[in-house]
Amino acid sequence: MSDSRRQKAARIRSLIETEGDAVFENTTTFNDGRYESVQKLDDYEELKSRARAIKEDAIADLPDLVEQVRETVEGNGGTVYLAEDEADAQRYIAEVVADRDADSVVKSKSMTSEEIEINEHLESKGVDVWETDLGEFVLQVADEAPSHIVAPAIHRSRENIAELFNAHFETDAPLETAEDLTEFAREYLAEQIKDADVGMTGANFVTADTGTIALVTSEGNARKSVATTDTHVAVAGVEKIVPSLGDLQPFVELIGRSGTGQDITAYVSLLTPPVGTPVPDFEDDETPLAEVDDDRDYHLVLIDNGRMAMRDDDDLRETLYCIRCSACANSCANFQHVGGHAFGGETYSGGIATGWEAGVHGEDSAAEFNDLCTGCSRCVNQCPVEIDIPWINTVVRDRINRGADPDSFDFLVEGLTPDAEPAGLDVQKRFFGNFETAAKLGSATAPLSNWMMEAGPVRSALERFVGVDGRRDLPTFERETFREWFADRGARVDPADATREVVLYPDVYTNYVSTARGKAAVRALESLDVHVTVPGVGESGRAPLSQGMVSTASEKASRVYGALAEHIDAGRDVVVVEPSDLAMFAREYERLLPEQSHERLAERSYEVMEYLYGLLENGGDPAALANGSEAVAYHSHCQQRTLGLEAHTVAVLERLGHDVVTSDVECCGMAGSFGYKQEYYDLSMDVGDELAAQFTTDGTRDRTVVASGTSCLEQLDSLLQRVPTHPVELVAPR
Amino acid sequence: MVTSHTDAFVESARRVDAVVTPTTADEFAATLEDAVTEPAVGTPLPFEGASYDGTPVDGAPTGAALAEAATGVTAGAAAIADYGSVVLQETGAGEELLGLYPDRHVVVVAASDVVPDMPAAFEELGERFAEGPRDAILATGPSATADMGAVVKGVHGPRDVHVLLLEDR
Ligand code: SF4
Repeated sequence: MSDSRRQKAARIRSLIETEGDAVFENTTTFNDGRYESVQKLDDYEELKSRARAIKEDAIADLPDLVEQVRETVEGNGGTVYLAEDEADAQRYIAEVVADRDADSVVKSKSMTSEEIEINEHLESKGVDVWETDLGEFVLQVADEAPSHIVAPAIHRSRENIAELFNAHFETDAPLETAEDLTEFAREYLAEQIKDADVGMTGANFVTADTGTIALVTSEGNARKSVATTDTHVAVAGVEKIVPSLGDLQPFVELIGRSGTGQDITAYVSLLTPPVGTPVPDFEDDETPLAEVDDDRDYHLVLIDNGRMAMRDDDDLRETLYCIRCSACANSCANFQHVGGHAFGGETYSGGIATGWEAGVHGEDSAAEFNDLCTGCSRCVNQCPVEIDIPWINTVVRDRINRGADPDSFDFLVEGLTPDAEPAGLDVQKRFFGNFETAAKLGSATAPLSNWMMEAGPVRSALERFVGVDGRRDLPTFERETFREWFADRGARVDPADATREVVLYPDVYTNYVSTARGKAAVRALESLDVHVTVPGVGESGRAPLSQGMVSTASEKASRVYGALAEHIDAGRDVVVVEPSDLAMFAREYERLLPEQSHERLAERSYEVMEYLYGLLENGGDPAALANGSEAVAYHSHCQQRTLGLEAHTVAVLERLGHDVVTSDVECCGMAGSFGYKQEYYDLSMDVGDELAAQFTTDGTRDRTVVASGTSCLEQLDSLLQRVPTHPVELVAPR
Repeated sequence: MVTSHTDAFVESARRVDAVVTPTTADEFAATLEDAVTEPAVGTPLPFEGASYDGTPVDGAPTGAALAEAATGVTAGAAAIADYGSVVLQETGAGEELLGLYPDRHVVVVAASDVVPDMPAAFEELGERFAEGPRDAILATGPSATADMGAVVKGVHGPRDVHVLLLEDR
């Protein structure tokens, strides 16, 4: 394996071992909390759409809003500084601190302040900077970077923090419980807050009409840092501005729920600095607080640092709607297992970090971790501002691919790769992105190709040059493709007698590898009087898109649409077996095809079990299908769940007499090609172990395992002793 | 004024670990005395018939008194039934400090100021902010952290939150 793949694999392995357990426990607690908390909202979807609309408008009007904020804040008695970049912000803040003659600054948690590395800068000027958020304080003591954008120290367990504190502070008695640690930090930081001259906060939102900043917190340290010092510096990305105070309402209802799964955090501060709170002097026993004569100073430092350029970038713009809630990290299976130290760049972590890092630090920082987004799409419905996070990851991956060295070594896959991508594209990405070509060839020469692929020299070359992990079983190609089988056999329901007509989309796996599920789909549909055609249509573009090969995917999308359009015009429905391809039609084609084409195809496309469900609901005779009374353990597919299509499979299986339990992991870990890649094999197995655990409990151990996605089936096959099947194989008449 | 919102507020405030005690202007002094631990400091209460007279609460505290206080008493401008939150407003008397530094925070809210939900709360806040003062906190239960490996109540802010709900105001 190449050195860089080996290093990456080793780093991921070590993070799984050292930080994986703590990260997993915390992120899955947040994730479960979010599902529970948003369920209590009657108008969750509507709130998200409103939040989205507010952000869209605000970013569109941003230059005006910045001016409005400037006027309002100055009218309130504060100062606004628009910092062009990190150095500019550092310089300005250092000046404010120097003007105040301050030798100590207390800070509440702010990712934007981490982005501009203000602590290091102030410290270099001899100023003490204290992080007063307990998680940030732990990191400051440990000299570490955050592993999560909301809960920065989730990679450390209580024991671990106790060890750190006991070693660092030489406390009288060793600290042990979470209460001990909290109490110690509280007292220690209370002193720093009392002694400090400047309080620095971030801002979750800034309102243009009133000049108010909203701070969403739990501990009270942000409140204290502002109230106790007489100079307040708030650091906020320019994108944090919303037009009015009233606009905050949907965000206040969504942000805590989306992040840590709390309906609302303990404190939502709506401060309009300089705040009206008297500056306390804890020694003064004469002046009542209400009569304290003070002079508060306030500086709002708005950070551009690439954001205005992101605003002009059609693909990165959406990133600016992000309210940094962390839902996309918590709902991400890969993130749950490695955390932000692997799944993150210079400052930001989690799915959306690719957009932030590409925008504020550049593509190199995004390239470090961008491949960890598998495009499973589980985060999409969780984002309170409806950002298409996987798309941002895909676009940035494409840009990284295009920036790659054109002389790199890819003779091996040449000829297998008729794509539209630049020379220099990573050979592994090119190989997986062109899977259709390999599958065609593999099938045409099967079984020879299968023996060849498993033969030592080929496997080791694949591993060495392409980075296909030797521990994975490769797909076995069928000599007779699904389409050839169907062409020979022909349709068995005459269009004249049919209730409906469908085209069954022969995705690459169904056509060349798992032909049995295609055949089962035909039998099941025909048993309910459907006329089936299997047209000659190529790969959907999913494979290249997942490697960031956007133009290749676009070409494929056009061809698929061209081949299916006539069928749609003829009144046929499109039925898809592979959920990841259905998701292409339903979601990603929006980006790859003209709007109308996407809509037409998306509206008429159905997942096969969803279609059977519809047929049964509309009077289809369940007795025509294979009934049974099996105990089934069903793992739906990540993208299928995002489309809301898990329930249909469960309903059909139950209707036919089966007893079904479902997994509730976000992803099986395989995620298309991800689990085959040498640098990610360990992570994919670590993620998969969770699914394996759910399917090997007392209640599930003996159940028949069914799964909808090809990669999930392959993953389950490698994780369990039982051979899993596609649900349509269970319900199709023999 | 007791409404269905008041009941809903009591229920959700208890869910977020705030102690809620319904009271009236007549019973206020006695209820307050039970709710505070001494030394206690307070900021002015804008409710007719409810004052610190006859209670151990220092109604015009200095910074030094605040530093010693075990309880801070302030008025809540509103309460939100859906969330169990109270809206704390700084008027310049130091409400923010009293609700933050002492271990216990006692918030006095009129039942007629309980609003049903967040949209209503923001409507009300919009009106308040238009007239100024413009610093408010939506406070929900005691301060808390999970940063030390388990949930702990009482971090930089209060450990206990008591809400005294004036039913006849
Ligand atoms: S992208 Fe969406 S889900 Fe992710 S942190 Fe931002 S707002 Fe939250």
